[in-house]
Amino acid sequence: MNLHEESRPLVVVGAGPAGLCAAMEAAGAGLPPLVLDEGSQGGGQLVKQIHRFFGSREHGAGKRGFEIAVELVSGCLEGGAEIRLGHRVLGFFRDGRLLVDGGEGVFLLRPGATILATGAVERSFPFPGWTLPGVMGAGAAQTLVNLHGVLPGKRALMVGAGNVGLIVAYQLLQAGMEVAGVIEVSRRVGGYLVHAERLRREGVPLFLRHRVVAAEGGKEVESVLVEDMETGALKRFLVDTLCLAVGMAPQAELAAMRGCRLVHVPELGGFLPWHDREMRTDHPGVYVAGDLAGVEEASVAMDEGRLAGLAAARDAGVLDPGKAAARMREIGARLELLRGGPFGEPRRRAKERLCSLPGSARGREDGDRVRRKGRLKKR
Amino acid sequence: MRVRGHPVLGEPPRGREVTIYLDGRPLSAREGEPVAAALFASGIRIAHYTGSGEPRGPFCMIGRCTECRMLLEGRGMVLTCLTPVEEGMRLRTPGGGKA
Ligand SMILES: Cc1cc2nc3c(=O)[nH]c(=O)nc-3n(C[C@H](O)[C@H](O)[C@H](O)COP(=O)(O)OP(=O)(O)OC[C@H]3O[C@@H](n4cnc5c(N)ncnc54)[C@H](O)[C@@H]3O)c2cc1C
Ligand code: FES
Repeated sequence: MNLHEESRPLVVVGAGPAGLCAAMEAAGAGLPPLVLDEGSQGGGQLVKQIHRFFGSREHGAGKRGFEIAVELVSGCLEGGAEIRLGHRVLGFFRDGRLLVDGGEGVFLLRPGATILATGAVERSFPFPGWTLPGVMGAGAAQTLVNLHGVLPGKRALMVGAGNVGLIVAYQLLQAGMEVAGVIEVSRRVGGYLVHAERLRREGVPLFLRHRVVAAEGGKEVESVLVEDMETGALKRFLVDTLCLAVGMAPQAELAAMRGCRLVHVPELGGFLPWHDREMRTDHPGVYVAGDLAGVEEASVAMDEGRLAGLAAARDAGVLDPGKAAARMREIGARLELLRGGPFGEPRRRAKERLCSLPGSARGREDGDRVRRKGRLKKR
Repeated sequence: MRVRGHPVLGEPPRGREVTIYLDGRPLSAREGEPVAAALFASGIRIAHYTGSGEPRGPFCMIGRCTECRMLLEGRGMVLTCLTPVEEGMRLRTPGGGKA
């Protein structure tokens, strides 16, 4: 089969905060990017976020996620990047070419350099009844209410008291659903306390040390059985919707297809492509950024994207190494700050550990060992 | 059900009201919204039945899990969370003795 093929100096896969910031930085440095995203809107996760963001001014703090998305997209276009929406990247071959489904058929791209910023996918876990209609990812429920203006059901139970669980539970209330509660296996709330506090004020109970036993119903969810892990007592919640917010995992398929070395880092969401502090993988010309390089936050994703864009432009010979280094230092210092505090500290240490693993041939052997064992030893 | 008078988003912009058909039954939908969203709006959450007759419905809404698949006349099996509504579309619920 003879497929249409295009050459590009830089292709960015994913138009979330990481991909858009990478594209903006690269475009500014003189390496014009083509950005591909399978969605119908640029902005990635941000388009579903209607709460005000934390962070600093550089990261759009105080604005709502979808507002930041609009700003990033227009910044990218003004900077000279091309964005093609509705384009899903299906393959990343060992020879460096990308196979793309543009809706009307597939074609090939031959990039000079590639920045992968494909984000993360929601995790799930099995329990009796988990395939009943009405059980869904918290992100799916969030997409329905905030993007499509449709309710997934009448009354929901949320599993997971991390930021995603807390925020989405609140947003379901805002959209007009009832929320019966948020259950969490651990002893403490994983997300920011402000989000938990808002739910408490709305009268939504938080059940710590509780786990899902089963989702029940004939053809759809009608109730959910939950166990109090301290006492063993069972509670039945009469809900038609069960939302799972039990973590995200980097979407590393394309990186794996390309042959990039994958490392397992539990604190950052699981298997992710090895990279150095400049977001370079072990394959020259392939860079990663954002949740794909470790599940963190939009602010981190933006700065990692900027690093990747700078590194790509410098490595392509269009950006003066001295200038690149100065700007990277500035961004690196900001990332340090973002990863400060009790929430950021474990992630900061995990990143350190990851970046200090050698990316050389011996490193690759290590990587294979890591892959076989399925775990990165803590040092 | 559809969201009404959202405290942050207000009344969300929606496409033209059109009719689609599910297993021959007419349903109101908005042009351009994902088929799965239109079905949720009508309270329909079962997309298909497995070979052993178990119901399945949308789980991820971003084209990853394939649980939302349905038969679309003229197109074959589609992921309804990614397929925009068009006037007069005819959908079928696969499995469960219906396909
Ligand atoms: C409920 C919730 C609340 C949050 N709140 C905050 C907050 O308050 N503050 C904060 O800083 N962060 C927050 N975050 C986290 C933040 O949204 C993410 O960290 C950030 O969006 C990651 O950016 P990214 O660019 O790496 O990935 P994403 O935003 O996920 O973007 C990835 C993009 O890649 C595209 N893509 C993936 N695979 C392909 C492919 N094969 N072909 C084409 N395109 C592809 C996807 O369509 C998507 O648009 C929140 C997240 C959630 C879920
Ligand atoms: S709901 Fe998961 S693919 Fe459509």
